[in-house]
Amino acid sequence: MAELTELGLATRAYLAAYRWRTIDPVPWSPLRKPLASANVALVSTAGMVLPDQEPFDNDRKGGDVSFREVASKAETSTLIDTHRSRSFDHSGIRSDPNLGFPIDRLRELADEGTIGRVNRRHLSFMGSITAPGRLIRDTAPVAAQLLVDDAVDAVLLVPV
Amino acid sequence: MCNQAVSLIAAELERRGIATVCIMLLREIAERMRPPRALFVPYSHGYPLGAPHDAALQKNVMRAALRMLERDGAGPVIEHYVD
Repeated sequence: MAELTELGLATRAYLAAYRWRTIDPVPWSPLRKPLASANVALVSTAGMVLPDQEPFDNDRKGGDVSFREVASKAETSTLIDTHRSRSFDHSGIRSDPNLGFPIDRLRELADEGTIGRVNRRHLSFMGSITAPGRLIRDTAPVAAQLLVDDAVDAVLLVPV
Repeated sequence: MCNQAVSLIAAELERRGIATVCIMLLREIAERMRPPRALFVPYSHGYPLGAPHDAALQKNVMRAALRMLERDGAGPVIEHYVD
C-alpha cells in the first residue's frame, strides 16, 4: 500500500506543507451508454513518451504541464519513462510500460467485450507537477477538448 | 503529485461531459482532492496496476475501476480495490 511515509524525509516535509488543490464543486458526468459500447481513452501521468517524442522537461520549475498524444496502435513496449520523480521505484514501469500506461490491457478489455472500443489516441502527462496552475488553466482544457473531439465516453486515469 | 494531476485532469474531463475514473495510490490525497470517481489500490508508488507483466492482475484492477462508471449517483466516490 502506498503511504506518504514510504517517501524520503525531505519529500515528506515538502508534502506536509504543500497546499493540495481541492476540486469544489465536484463535477459529475454519468456514463451515457453501457460500458460495453463505450469509447474509452487512457490518461497516464507516468511521464511516458514514444521514441520519436520529446521527453518531458525535468528542469521546468513547478513541473512540465505539457502532454503527448500516444496513438492506440503504438507499440506499448517502446514507451520510455521520462518521469522526473525520484520518490518511486521506476523499475516496474520500465520493465512493463503497461503497468503505468496500460494500452495493451485496454485493447484486451475491448476484445473481451468489457468496453466497446479503444479510442484512437491516449494522453501522456508527467505527473510531478508542484505548481498545477498552468495545468488547470492551459493544458488540461486543451487535452480534454481533444478527447471531446474524439467522442470519448469514458477515461481511465492512471498515476504512478 | 501524480494523484493530484490525475484528479485535476479528471475534473476538467467531467466538466466537458466525459465520465472518468482515477486509480489512486494515496487515499488521503483522494479524500482531500475529491476526484469524481476514485479506485484506491493497495499498491506502492510506481505500481498503480499491481505488478509488471501480470496482465490478469492489471486487467482486474482496470475492470474494477471501469465498473465504477456504470453506477448511478454523484461524486465524489472512493472505492477500495481488493485483490
